Amino acid sequence: MQVLDIFGQLINITLVFSTALIFTALGGLFSERSGVINIGLEGLMVSGAFAAAVVTDYAIQAGMQGAAPWMGLMAAAIYGLLFSLLHAVSTITFRADQTVVGVVINIFSLGMAIYLTRSLYHGSGQTPTLQYVFSKFNIPVLSDIPFFGRAVFSAYPTTYIVIAIAAISYYLLFRTPFGLRLRAVGEHPSSADTVGISVTKYRYIGVMISGVFAGLGGATITLTTTSNFAHNTISGQGFIAIAAVIFGKWNPLGVVGAAVFFGFSQALRNFAQLFEFSKQIPTEFFYMLPYVLTLLVLVTGVGRGSAPSALGQPYDPARR
Amino acid sequence: MGKIIKTFNSSSLLVPFVSILLGLLTGAVFMLAGGYNPIAAYGSLINRIFSSPYNMGETIRAITPLIFTGIAVAFAFRTGLFNIGVEGQFMMGMTGATLVGVLADLPWFIHAPLAVITGAVFGGVWAAIAGYLKAARGVNEVISAIMLNWIALFLSNFLIVRFVVVEGQQKSKPIRESAMVKMDWLVQALDSARMHWGTVVALVCVVIFYLILWRTKLGYELRAVGLSPEAAHYAGMNVKRTMVKSMFISGLFAGLGGVFEMLGVFGYQTVMAATWGYGFDGIAVALLGGNTPVGVFLGAVLFGGLNYGSAGMSFGADVPPEVVRIVIGAIIFFVASHGIVKWMLKPFLMKRANNRKEAA
Repeated sequence: MQVLDIFGQLINITLVFSTALIFTALGGLFSERSGVINIGLEGLMVSGAFAAAVVTDYAIQAGMQGAAPWMGLMAAAIYGLLFSLLHAVSTITFRADQTVVGVVINIFSLGMAIYLTRSLYHGSGQTPTLQYVFSKFNIPVLSDIPFFGRAVFSAYPTTYIVIAIAAISYYLLFRTPFGLRLRAVGEHPSSADTVGISVTKYRYIGVMISGVFAGLGGATITLTTTSNFAHNTISGQGFIAIAAVIFGKWNPLGVVGAAVFFGFSQALRNFAQLFEFSKQIPTEFFYMLPYVLTLLVLVTGVGRGSAPSALGQPYDPARR
Repeated sequence: MGKIIKTFNSSSLLVPFVSILLGLLTGAVFMLAGGYNPIAAYGSLINRIFSSPYNMGETIRAITPLIFTGIAVAFAFRTGLFNIGVEGQFMMGMTGATLVGVLADLPWFIHAPLAVITGAVFGGVWAAIAGYLKAARGVNEVISAIMLNWIALFLSNFLIVRFVVVEGQQKSKPIRESAMVKMDWLVQALDSARMHWGTVVALVCVVIFYLILWRTKLGYELRAVGLSPEAAHYAGMNVKRTMVKSMFISGLFAGLGGVFEMLGVFGYQTVMAATWGYGFDGIAVALLGGNTPVGVFLGAVLFGGLNYGSAGMSFGADVPPEVVRIVIGAIIFFVASHGIVKWMLKPFLMKRANNRKEAA
């Protein structure tokens, strides 16, 4: 029974860790499917985490109590959107190198977040601990199922939101004209252009969605795990999300699966210390796992052919 | 009109200079918005750098790793490869140097060079992995290098904890004196600013960077592959091998950067929670410097100076020093999207051209 309990907790913590990864990876998916590599996901998450912490804090001071985290979540989406516009304008309109701009977004948003934090909180490098954050929500009846109920049906609201968003994303990408056009722009922009699809418009939408989702992903970490924002609140999750997009072969279901799996490997390291046999494994190996696996997938070429063909190439109508 | 097109050429000096100005301006706008005085802030930044021999020495110390990472990125760029993995190669260099520096017990004239070379090779091999995957398996070097960066971080931590850690602490044992490369006389002359031979090696590397690329057959091939892999292949060059070579050399430079942070500055390695950022700043340096030797050197001086001087802003003008990261980010943003700079300058330059026409 005790083993079952631990296993249940493991699943539950996996869900907590995965939520932010799924958000961000789905964002990266939309951007990459439209043909724009977004290395700046890490920075966009930082922005989201920062905005969520600050706005939630101000909303609490304004007496909003339990509604405050929701304000923070919305602010994170908007702030992430603004930063992604920076990416979109320079890479799509001005055809700048996508990787470079991604690196810029990472440098810029971390600098900005800490600068603003220090300005707003009188020199302190982190925001105060929030009194109200999201609390776990038990789905009635279902959460009473022994073992399984506690593990799966008692989660933060963000987890439920992300599951809904994942389903909607799949539907959008593969069952609507919008999705077909977005994918066409990422596969063969000049053909898409020929049949009257605006490459610029769909790439803007792809990048903007990545900004909103990555912002929500960052906010998730602030509002469910850390309860404040500091320079190390986001450390590598954005890059794990990029790995998840590749590991999931640019398919929403695969991406969600990969994100959950990487979340599981993060959760696992907390539990590895509980058992004699797994104590021997250095924790560094758990940290490394997502990156090593993604590298292996790339090397073995399993994912070859699934990457959008025009990924990383600015579209210049004058040169088709 | 011909003149305007010439001015707009991306190789011209206009874009970097305007970008630096716009970057500083962006920083100023943010400072004004935050209720700070930007002139006082920039003043105290410059003041900090030149205020004492110690600070001037430490500024040089801060510039040195950026020269290494800058030429590392620029070297790969010249072969058409984006080495975003300098960050990881830098860490592997640190780790290689620390392992040899702590574990080996040798006379200094063997120990120090061995530690330096080991670190450099660690970095080179780490980069060559990404180069090999690109050449042999067609894996995008950007993606594989990002993965390798994080693997390098955790692998370094593992190696430090496993082999050279001080029991109960999150750092390595001190590197033996025989492996250290401090310039003791200069350290004393500059009130114990941490001066080391790495700075000299960095300058030598800038020259080597130039010599390899523009004065050797290898360099000719590297640049040919960078300009057009197809044409290079048609001319009978081994494109794949050239890519691996280019990444290896790039990684050597990156590794050396890490080596001298350990052997010259700190003397021990900590277990890291995140990467140091010198690699990403190296991308900034290389871009600003247009991947040329002199440009990279000047770029490193600028960003190293900004980074080190930023601490002065919080003392002198009470401005959060992170505003400098906004400035650096903005400069690179404008260099990268030089289309925006040209678009902003267009009305201004057109007017000037028209004025000239009227005058003539």
